[in-house]
Amino acid sequence: MEFFSPTDLLGSSPILALGLFSLIALLVNAFLKNSAGMVFYVSAVGIFVAIGCSIYTFPMNATAFSDMLLVGGYASFFSVLFLVIALFSMFIAKPYLEREQYHYGEYYVLILLATIGMVMLASSADLITAFLGIEMMSVSFYVLAGYFRGKLSSNESALKYFLLGAFATGFLLYGIALIYGTTGTTNLLRIVTMYPQPFNDPLHIIGWGLILIGFGFKVAAVPFHMWVPDVYEGAPTPVTAFMSTGGKAAAFSVFLMTFSVPMSMRDERLMTVLAVLAAASMLLGNWFGLSQTNLKRMLAYSSIAHAGYMIIGIASATPMGQQGIAFYLVSYALTNLGAFGIIAMMEKENGGNLNYEDYAGLGKRKPALAALLAMFMFSLTGIPPFAGFIGKYYLFASAVQSHMTWLAIFGVITSLFSTYYYLRIIVYMYFKEATNHEEIKLPGLTFATVILCGAGIVLFGIVPSLIFDLMKSIF
Amino acid sequence: MYSFAPLIVLFPLLGFLINGFFGRKIKNETLVGSIGTLAVASSFVVALLIFVEMVGSPVEERKHIVTLFQWIAAGSFSVNVAFQVDQLSILMTLIVTGVGSLIHLYSIGYMHGDAGFWRFFTYLNLFIFAMLNLVLADNYLLMFLGWEGVGLCSYLLIGFWYDRNFEKGTTGDAAKKAFIVNRIGDFGFLLAMFLIFNTFGSLTYESVFAQAAGFSPGVSVMFWITLLMFVGATGKSAQIPLYVWLPDAMAGPTPVSALIHAATMVTAGIYMAARSSILFSLAPATMEIVAVVGLLTAFFAGTIGLVQNDIKKVLAYSTVSQLGYMFLAVGVGAFTAGLFHVMTHAFFKALLFLGSGAVIHAMHDEQDIQKMGGLQKYMPWTFRTFVIGSFAISGFPLLSGFFSKDEILWKSFADGAPWMWVIAALAAGVTAFYMFRLVSLTFLGKERFDHHHVHPHEAPKTMLIPLLILALFSIIGGYVGIPHVLGGHNYFEEFLEPVFAGANAKMMLPMHDSAALELGLMAVSVAVGLLGMFAGWKIFTEKPEIAENTAKKFSGLHKLLWNKYFVDEAYDAVIVNPIKQTSDKFLWKIFDVKIIDNTLNFSAKFVEATSNILRRIQTGVVQSYAVIFVAGILFILGYLIVW
Amino acid sequence: MQSYIPIFLMIGVSAFLGIVFLVLQRFLGPHRPNPEKLSTYESGMPPVKSARERFSVKYYMVAVLFILFDIEVIFLYPWAVNFRALGLFGYVEMILFILILLVGYLYILKKGALQWD
Repeated sequence: MEFFSPTDLLGSSPILALGLFSLIALLVNAFLKNSAGMVFYVSAVGIFVAIGCSIYTFPMNATAFSDMLLVGGYASFFSVLFLVIALFSMFIAKPYLEREQYHYGEYYVLILLATIGMVMLASSADLITAFLGIEMMSVSFYVLAGYFRGKLSSNESALKYFLLGAFATGFLLYGIALIYGTTGTTNLLRIVTMYPQPFNDPLHIIGWGLILIGFGFKVAAVPFHMWVPDVYEGAPTPVTAFMSTGGKAAAFSVFLMTFSVPMSMRDERLMTVLAVLAAASMLLGNWFGLSQTNLKRMLAYSSIAHAGYMIIGIASATPMGQQGIAFYLVSYALTNLGAFGIIAMMEKENGGNLNYEDYAGLGKRKPALAALLAMFMFSLTGIPPFAGFIGKYYLFASAVQSHMTWLAIFGVITSLFSTYYYLRIIVYMYFKEATNHEEIKLPGLTFATVILCGAGIVLFGIVPSLIFDLMKSIF
Repeated sequence: MYSFAPLIVLFPLLGFLINGFFGRKIKNETLVGSIGTLAVASSFVVALLIFVEMVGSPVEERKHIVTLFQWIAAGSFSVNVAFQVDQLSILMTLIVTGVGSLIHLYSIGYMHGDAGFWRFFTYLNLFIFAMLNLVLADNYLLMFLGWEGVGLCSYLLIGFWYDRNFEKGTTGDAAKKAFIVNRIGDFGFLLAMFLIFNTFGSLTYESVFAQAAGFSPGVSVMFWITLLMFVGATGKSAQIPLYVWLPDAMAGPTPVSALIHAATMVTAGIYMAARSSILFSLAPATMEIVAVVGLLTAFFAGTIGLVQNDIKKVLAYSTVSQLGYMFLAVGVGAFTAGLFHVMTHAFFKALLFLGSGAVIHAMHDEQDIQKMGGLQKYMPWTFRTFVIGSFAISGFPLLSGFFSKDEILWKSFADGAPWMWVIAALAAGVTAFYMFRLVSLTFLGKERFDHHHVHPHEAPKTMLIPLLILALFSIIGGYVGIPHVLGGHNYFEEFLEPVFAGANAKMMLPMHDSAALELGLMAVSVAVGLLGMFAGWKIFTEKPEIAENTAKKFSGLHKLLWNKYFVDEAYDAVIVNPIKQTSDKFLWKIFDVKIIDNTLNFSAKFVEATSNILRRIQTGVVQSYAVIFVAGILFILGYLIVW
Repeated sequence: MQSYIPIFLMIGVSAFLGIVFLVLQRFLGPHRPNPEKLSTYESGMPPVKSARERFSVKYYMVAVLFILFDIEVIFLYPWAVNFRALGLFGYVEMILFILILLVGYLYILKKGALQWD
């Protein structure tokens, strides 16, 4: 047995850094009293160190631990995204938890542990690493969803997520087993070299189908989406922000990487299944979104619809679709973090102030906040010059490129539906008189984060090449 | 220096952002105004430095493309945010930023005390930003972005005093009219852009023009492309039949009229035609249409100007008429002549508008020239500069307007047709007449205003300085392009001509060497102009009764002109009302209320009903979620196996 | 699908056998019930009350933590078997592994998860 090579250590350095800092944070939390603030800083430092490691390894294009982990490029791009999401969601969480008097150090430790899982997902070159990453992330999420242990809704959210998540994991594992059975390896890089021979075995394609089900659950695609509204609504708002952005981005990063293997064969069957999943998610997500009155629930259905848009990129199996997904994830993450940040600021104790009516007249009461929320809604709808437009444009264009024009048209029509419920909040904010005149407090940390998100979607909407130039060296 | 070109665009954007975000909080007018003015002035300095370097470099090295970043790249479609700096764009940039900074400076005085002071400068800077994008773009899409941007700013600024009344409605109505009429034109431009992409597979000037060079004149697709472009130009540059918005645009503050509706935005159509000169040169039929439309606009708008009593309306019709001249030049293939007039017109028309603004300011928002008179005594400097502007626009020999207008007249004769020259010369006479009617009624003769309420006074310094500078340029601006026949050297033509080399090669214009003919025609047109000036001055200072008698004698004609040929009424009757009627009777009451509303109500009920049913699926019970989960699994696996 | 025929055969045979024995005992076995025979634990203690009783959460805490550290021990077995082959590298690895768990142990100790009262 040989020792690790430098590439191994360097390649896993973001994971190692996060692990180390999460242990430190845990010890700080255990041995110091009232140390939640301290844990926050330790965790933030850990994230910054991990970002540094990821950026440092970006130019490397290698694998580590005998092809178990990807290093640099793809892995670094997504790792930085997850880390930034984790950081932002921590910024949103701190004032929120302090206000709710639930400010404990464990929260940040769990965020760090979940982030380890995410980074592992983006770096996985092997189905086993992918599985480890998914579990690491999900288990942390289960706990985070139930973080408000005194609240029934939070507990319900955690339990539902856990039960269905465990159920889905079973299918993922079974799929991995079938792939192993038909190819003799779980390594993506080796499987792809065996093609097209394994495709002769129907069990191989069923294996991919089962993996698809596992990932479909994690990205919240119809019909594996049922947990989303309940869990998103019940979980504490900063947790929802983190799950709906980081969790989704991580699941998509591994979905994209894993499925680039069978999709390299442009297999008709898988393409059709993916396209149908995409269409169903776009349709049902937007359809249910129409009748929501609660903003968190609305954003939950919106996240189902957006999963549908992004699956288009996987179904089309073109570099343009892959780049589209990566860009979309960046814009979606910034937009949703911003929107949830605003919701977290507006929320009152015991889940009050979450309905459309509560935002009436916000344009007059807090013009800056209303303008930012309007920007996020425009970006989600896909209206230029915000980043959401560019992402959608690339995804739909990739569908056309892959001769799935029907899917692009379907996407455009369903996004038309979505304008109704996205713009409804703008109607409430600007065209209705305020009924609620309670003072709205804007904690500086959260507000600054929201402004950063807003600046990001404008910047990337106008200069998308900032991201696309990076991606040219990845895909 | 070329690589600094993006700075030209950046400064006004910065000004816009600063004033837009913090203007309301900066209570200090001087600071807001200075930020706005400095932003544009800085752009002007950068443009000037680039210009100096350009003049110093060989002709072949004068064109540079500065790419900022890739904007959209999808399949074969790729557009960069990139600026093309060449002779044409730098000329336009200098005009926009030069005249623009003077007008910003002027506005500090003019808008003093207005509640929307910061808003005004924010819009103005945004306008400059959009306009610079329009002229500096290296592709049609970015140009279109600027094109729409200036339209938006024009709308915002016309309706700036949204609570004031204007004619039969409010300034908001005038703004809407401008926007809607412009949109009709923009639609033409948009279609032209689609056709260009369809034909050439690109929207970048470089590649489109390079491919166009391989075409021979008369291809039908070129006709359609250029015709649609010209439709766009008639909207933005106020030509027949879409000129109707410009006179109404005078509802905006006067600096806006000077900057947007005289000096810069309205010349966008000329710029577009000049930029696409090679495409136009491939479509002789379009060229002819352009020339005739330009000529007719020049003449008819001029005649309307004869009888108007609103000081700004006269200038507005004069602008429409002068823009007609520019299109006449473009139509006969004399692109440099057209642009020369763009430049000189920017000087003297901005001067005239700013002068009229000073008058309006002094008269407490009175715009009717019948209620003025004798203002010379109260505001001597405004009077002097205004007269210089009037001489320049009338084509008084050796002032800027003389050189540019004369070049257009000569080209219309030489490359167009003699009858074009006749009408154009007549229009020049008309121009001279109404301008001096305006000067006489405003500054000379008896004081017809109420001394108890109105106390005219000279304008403050921030307003006078721009007037003086513009007056200076109205005098000397023409000396860069003295025609050869007068023994001068046409630097202007020499500088711009390389841009149009491709177009000129396609057109193969006949050569004319007849100096005697050119001189003779010049003499005639100058004589017509002088006659008009003299008549305008003499009649309205000394014998206003002549005008009244003539008006009575030809009461039908007077009524026709007074009502602007009833064009607005005709549009109302033929286009606006039928549309309103159909939208009211059919589109609204039947289509909207019955069909759309019912469909919407139905779909709302449908959604409600379906979501009530579907809500039962979303029970909150995990077991039922798992059932759906399993159904999905069965579907996917079933499909994969059965296939 | 050819290679799966034995599996299907196997499933078929086992199902068949199961049914056959159930049916056979119905016909072949004597059928003489009495109350003693029908009680839940024929030769055990009679149940006193319902088994569905609430347990203190402390039991679960201990149980969960027990499983956790139990699994840690299971990991030690394969390592111990291959101790010589893995050498120093394996030794360092295992120390790291135990250190990580130690942090967790310290955490639960400090948080009082193992205190019964």
